[in-house]
Amino acid sequence: MIRDGVLRILAAAVAVVPAASAMPPGDAARGEAIYSRCFACHSLDANRTGPRHCGLLGRRAGSVPGFDYSPAMRASGIVWDAKSLDRFLASPAAMVPGTSMGYAGIASAQERADLVAFLGAARCSGPRE
Amino acid sequence: MSFFAMAKDPLLRASRRRFLSNSGVALSGAAVALLAGREALAATGGAATEADARILNTALAAELEAVAAYQVGAGSGLLRKPALDLALAFQGHHKEHADVLAKTIEKLGGRPVAAKARYEFPTEGLKSEADVLRFAASLEKGAVSAYLGAVPVFGNRDLAKAAASILGDEAMHWAVLRHAVGETPVPSAFVS
Repeated sequence: MIRDGVLRILAAAVAVVPAASAMPPGDAARGEAIYSRCFACHSLDANRTGPRHCGLLGRRAGSVPGFDYSPAMRASGIVWDAKSLDRFLASPAAMVPGTSMGYAGIASAQERADLVAFLGAARCSGPRE
Repeated sequence: MSFFAMAKDPLLRASRRRFLSNSGVALSGAAVALLAGREALAATGGAATEADARILNTALAAELEAVAAYQVGAGSGLLRKPALDLALAFQGHHKEHADVLAKTIEKLGGRPVAAKARYEFPTEGLKSEADVLRFAASLEKGAVSAYLGAVPVFGNRDLAKAAASILGDEAMHWAVLRHAVGETPVPSAFVS
């Protein structure tokens, strides 16, 4: 079992980051569990170390009021949709060099799709937008 | 023996106090040597160093937020001993992390972020000691994932090693907090 787990990790580590065009269908419930990895810096409803995530899809990158973005993110010109978010989650620094999100990325296309599905479904609980 | 039982044990508590008083400075000194004390860090320079400082600054911001979160928990009136002692001990670790990270960022030529004047936490959902501990556990789990994601992107391997050291500490926090609310302390063989 340990061997299988190690092999899974090694397989993820050597996987070529796939193009967003091959996104599998996402599952928002699984995405919610994956989102717990983001809790050190993010929440849906509040700006924290990272910006809040509710209402993310359709939003221009670097545009949440009251959040101090990196110049790179502000200048990125990205509008978040499933495809752009998938690309960013695969390797934040590759897509936005200079981003403050010092995170290697999520190698699994399925996990990214699940996370995108969750974030797409997440609604703001308060009048923050 | 559960963590709470251990925390109540007078012999162990006295032993822990002695350990902290004897080794606290040495441990901090070792951590600083691991990070801020390395002259080579400042000497490398360039875009990779700038990127490393940026990663550390994000980590610093998260550590400062964790310090604030534990303060909210400690001041909530919902935590009683020994859970309160636990929260304060873990807050102390996050303060140490933040201190070392800030010194290292300066060493790299960056400017460390300051703590925010105000943080937004979901305090409306915190009604009991278990709520506070679960909230803290969720932050610690997130911290483990954040450092896990940061380790491979450092240009400097010493910084990656130091980040892994912090990751280990925060993984222990997460496990102890899970145990404190009756959950399986270590839910899986791997973290993600």
